[in-house]
Amino acid sequence: MAHVNMTGCRRSLMQPSGWLAAMVLLTLSACDDPMANQPHHEPLERSAFYADQRASRHTVEGTVARGQLDDDRYLTDYRGPDDPLPIDVSLATLERGRERFEINCIMCHGGAGDGRGIVPARGYTTPTSYHIDRLREAPLSHFVRVMEKGAGNMPSYAAQVAPRDRWAIALYIRALQLSQHAPASALSPEDLEAIETGAAAAANETPESSEP
Amino acid sequence: MGQVFHPSANSLVRAGLGLLVILALLVLSSALLVERSPINTLVGVALSQPVPFSHAHHVDEIGIDCRYCHSSVEDEAFAGVPATERCMHCHSQIWADSPMLAPVRESFATGVPLQWARVHDLPDYVFFNHSIHVSKGIGCATCHGRLDQMPLTAKAESLNMDWCLACHRHPAPSLRPVGAVFDMDWRRNIDTPTAPGLMERNGVETRGLTNCSACHR
Repeated sequence: MAHVNMTGCRRSLMQPSGWLAAMVLLTLSACDDPMANQPHHEPLERSAFYADQRASRHTVEGTVARGQLDDDRYLTDYRGPDDPLPIDVSLATLERGRERFEINCIMCHGGAGDGRGIVPARGYTTPTSYHIDRLREAPLSHFVRVMEKGAGNMPSYAAQVAPRDRWAIALYIRALQLSQHAPASALSPEDLEAIETGAAAAANETPESSEP
Repeated sequence: MGQVFHPSANSLVRAGLGLLVILALLVLSSALLVERSPINTLVGVALSQPVPFSHAHHVDEIGIDCRYCHSSVEDEAFAGVPATERCMHCHSQIWADSPMLAPVRESFATGVPLQWARVHDLPDYVFFNHSIHVSKGIGCATCHGRLDQMPLTAKAESLNMDWCLACHRHPAPSLRPVGAVFDMDWRRNIDTPTAPGLMERNGVETRGLTNCSACHR
């Protein structure tokens, strides 16, 4: 790609007659700077060297890239419910899970996990709600595996969600499930009262005012 | 033999020299103006792309987070351009027959990548790193402009060295809380810490920010 740069024109600018040439060159954006386009490749740049023109090569199968050495504990080490979870069950993990959920999942699964996201609203197959018995009973590793491999109409998200984050998202999904299916006996009296007054306030509102 | 030039020729030569100087200045200043104009910087110029991808549609109307597609922006130098598979996450079923998306489907079927024209192409002697800017509280919109309002993608800033340096010398006014980096519509509000407060909270160290080796190696 032609890249205009004053540095590339300096040689001609040193000669008194070079100014006009420089003007024309600049105007045509044709002044190519070899320093700006060095013979190395930027990520995803086109390469004349490889037949498929990709400068960014696929890694050889089985490659452990930098930063992935620790990933086995999230990918293969957890074999079943008898193993300890590979993540801390903490507020920090939940927050991370929520952030990653809102980046990667919310468009289809919706903010409440009921599958009513904007993408199904535009015509994609509606995903299964998290709030069904089968998924309420599914272990966290089920959601992690679905993120990795895909399921039904959902493609694999392995390329964009890191192995550790899959567990954090699964934990957040569990929190979402609880948010829609908590027994009243598990609530504090304050929470119960807040729900009652909230429901009463909603009932008192006129239908017009509750419209967005 | 009489004089070749009449005494008045002196004034003509002086005027002529003066004109030459003015002309030289004019050429110089127009060259500098052109160099800093969109003719050269391509600010606001939408490049021709294989598919007329709209950030306005995907970000503003649909509400997709920047990181859904640019998923390495928090961890790596390169923010990442998504593989065709990621387009097909939705477009396998939505607008699946659209002629506009034919190049995407072809790329998906053949495995030959889409060849996007690079909008922000820094010279190869600049080593820009997205992750450090994102983690220190520089918002996407600070450098890329309101992408959520761009039907076609164009540069919002020149990316000239003096533009980079203006912020490297005084980063405070360009900082925002780290949690607001991906918010296209963020603006300072009553709860926003002061600029010096953000410097401290985001851990911005000015020492070394204007060293040559900060950007050139």
